[in-house]
Amino acid sequence: MAHKWGMVVDLDRCTGCEACVVACHAENNIPTAGEDQAARGRAKHWIRVERYWEGDFPNPRVRFQPVLCQQCDEAPCEPVCPTYASYHTPEGLNSQVYNRCIGTRFCANACPYNVRFFNFYNPEWDKPLQLQLNPDVSVRSVGIMEKCTFCVQRIKAAEIQAEAEKRELKDGEFTTACAQSCPSKALIFGDLNDSTSEVARLSSSNRGTKLLGELGTKPNVTYLERGTWDNASHG
Amino acid sequence: MPATAEQIEQDLLRPLFQSSGKYWIAVAIATSLLLAGVAAFGYQLYSGIGVWGLNSPVFWAFDITNFVFWIGISHAGTLISAILRLTNATWRRPVTRCAEAITVFSVLIGAIIPLCHIGRPWLAYWMIPYPSERHIWPNFRSPLAWDFFAISTYLTGSTTFLYLPTIPDFAAVRDVSTGLRKKIYRVLALGWQGTPRQWQRLEVAMHIMAVVIVPVAVSVHTIVSWDFAMTPVPMWHSSIFGPYFVAGAIFSGIAALILAMALLRKFLHLEQYLRPIHFENLGKLLLTMSLLWFYFTFAERLTAWYGNSPPEMAVFWESIRKNFAPLFWTMVVCNFIIPVPILAIKRLRTITGTAIASACVVVGMWLERFLIVVPALEHKFLPYSWGTYRPTWVEDTLMASSFGMMALLYLLFSKFVPMISIWEMKVGLQSHGGVPVVVPAESRPVLEGPQ
Repeated sequence: MAHKWGMVVDLDRCTGCEACVVACHAENNIPTAGEDQAARGRAKHWIRVERYWEGDFPNPRVRFQPVLCQQCDEAPCEPVCPTYASYHTPEGLNSQVYNRCIGTRFCANACPYNVRFFNFYNPEWDKPLQLQLNPDVSVRSVGIMEKCTFCVQRIKAAEIQAEAEKRELKDGEFTTACAQSCPSKALIFGDLNDSTSEVARLSSSNRGTKLLGELGTKPNVTYLERGTWDNASHG
Repeated sequence: MPATAEQIEQDLLRPLFQSSGKYWIAVAIATSLLLAGVAAFGYQLYSGIGVWGLNSPVFWAFDITNFVFWIGISHAGTLISAILRLTNATWRRPVTRCAEAITVFSVLIGAIIPLCHIGRPWLAYWMIPYPSERHIWPNFRSPLAWDFFAISTYLTGSTTFLYLPTIPDFAAVRDVSTGLRKKIYRVLALGWQGTPRQWQRLEVAMHIMAVVIVPVAVSVHTIVSWDFAMTPVPMWHSSIFGPYFVAGAIFSGIAALILAMALLRKFLHLEQYLRPIHFENLGKLLLTMSLLWFYFTFAERLTAWYGNSPPEMAVFWESIRKNFAPLFWTMVVCNFIIPVPILAIKRLRTITGTAIASACVVVGMWLERFLIVVPALEHKFLPYSWGTYRPTWVEDTLMASSFGMMALLYLLFSKFVPMISIWEMKVGLQSHGGVPVVVPAESRPVLEGPQ
């Protein structure tokens, strides 16, 4: 059966440590923008940890919300691309084909989650960081869009390996860089079509919601959350 | 009102053969603005589009504002000229050529801007469906692909629409010139001899083009609006956008036409041709469009407010109360509060009055497009990813250069083509039994009926 890749983000487990962000940068050859450019809104993080504050002093609460590409089934970014650079793969990924992209940035505007990033300049790494580039991932040039791929290089490598060994992929055999590095196991990646997988089991949890699900984008990322914060019990 | 055909020919051909020092100064200023833009674009190509003020999440700003602005201005020629031709409004005769020229040049500018704004301009030809080694056609689901076809159709159509009624005038220039100029105009005149058969065919062709260009113009600005309306972005995803954009485009187009006519009248000494009646009639059209614009804006805002959806209200309040409030209310003043009294009171509906109102409308409509593009992108859904936008000098220069390009093309056009259709003015004389008319009875506004 075809795979359908999905993720679960357990907001009750996320500590906001941002290890996922660092791991993603390292895995996917994402350059750091630097202080000046970041201040101008040019920072690129395929996954980011959003922070929202609730309540006032003396009982403020901070809530963390990791946001990455939701790999929507009905992705608003896909139909708007005039050159098919944002393309829906048979495995349900919203892929970005870098060498087809001419940089209209329409996909980024259409994306309600703001998880698509534009290369305003050619990428540069402070020495010696250029030596740690991942050879399995393209370095993106100026003028094109990029986004979370669900570590498609890892998916492909695992699929090829399984095929070579003439066996089915096992749940947990591989995972994305962000999920791998999450110390509190707040991110769980896997095949939603495999009903025994952890991600399929957690996705149907009654704690589950979709981010901006009301827009009808049908995300393949599910957020788990117990409910609203109870300040009294935590205070 | 010129008395004779000879007088008309002499007056209207004069700018082609004589130019003042002021003309060359204007050409120099326009050229330097255009060159500054070319230099800024070169710098942007060399450094990366990061030299613009765009960021995440504001991926479109001045670029698309100017694109929509110029495509909007282009509705001056087609709609005004085609509708006036189709309704046989005789006062149109001195107006159509300057309107149609505005159309061609502003569509051209509008078409160039997206080519400069994309991340890899050297690959822009991938928008064209051609059998390539990549085996990929454009994505016909994308409003940008619709844009490509709509704008290229419009550019072709409006160029034809401008060219057809110019053929007899090219022949007129051919007949009075010598040397290289004669050779060039002989080609442009396409062998025009003025035989009855040629006149009849020209009339038919012009009529067909006038009918065809109206739906093309309406579809172009509708499709431009769909660049926004087809996305789930708050305050963009609205069914009112198509007609709202078309009305706004005609509004800004008439304003640009009045401004251009006021300048032509002054600098080419066309006082006898572009007379107060023309400004008054166009002023009335501008007044109608101003009221229509207000109605659309009001309807759009009121439905958003009653809908009260939180993401839309974030954008809504941002534009009318918070950061963008000064721009928003300037827009309302420029598009409605200033022009309506000027244009509604007969005593104020003079050449100066309509020109002032038009200048306000051009500014106001630019602001309208900016206020559609930027506040929505800044405030899309997840508040953590909200951003702010400030243009850089590169974007300012490119914008100034688009105005420079318009001015340059228009100035050069006035040097090579009579800005007022000579033969149509002569037809105006003939329509009164060939008797030289001193009292401008024929150019009484058709809208008011005979007086």
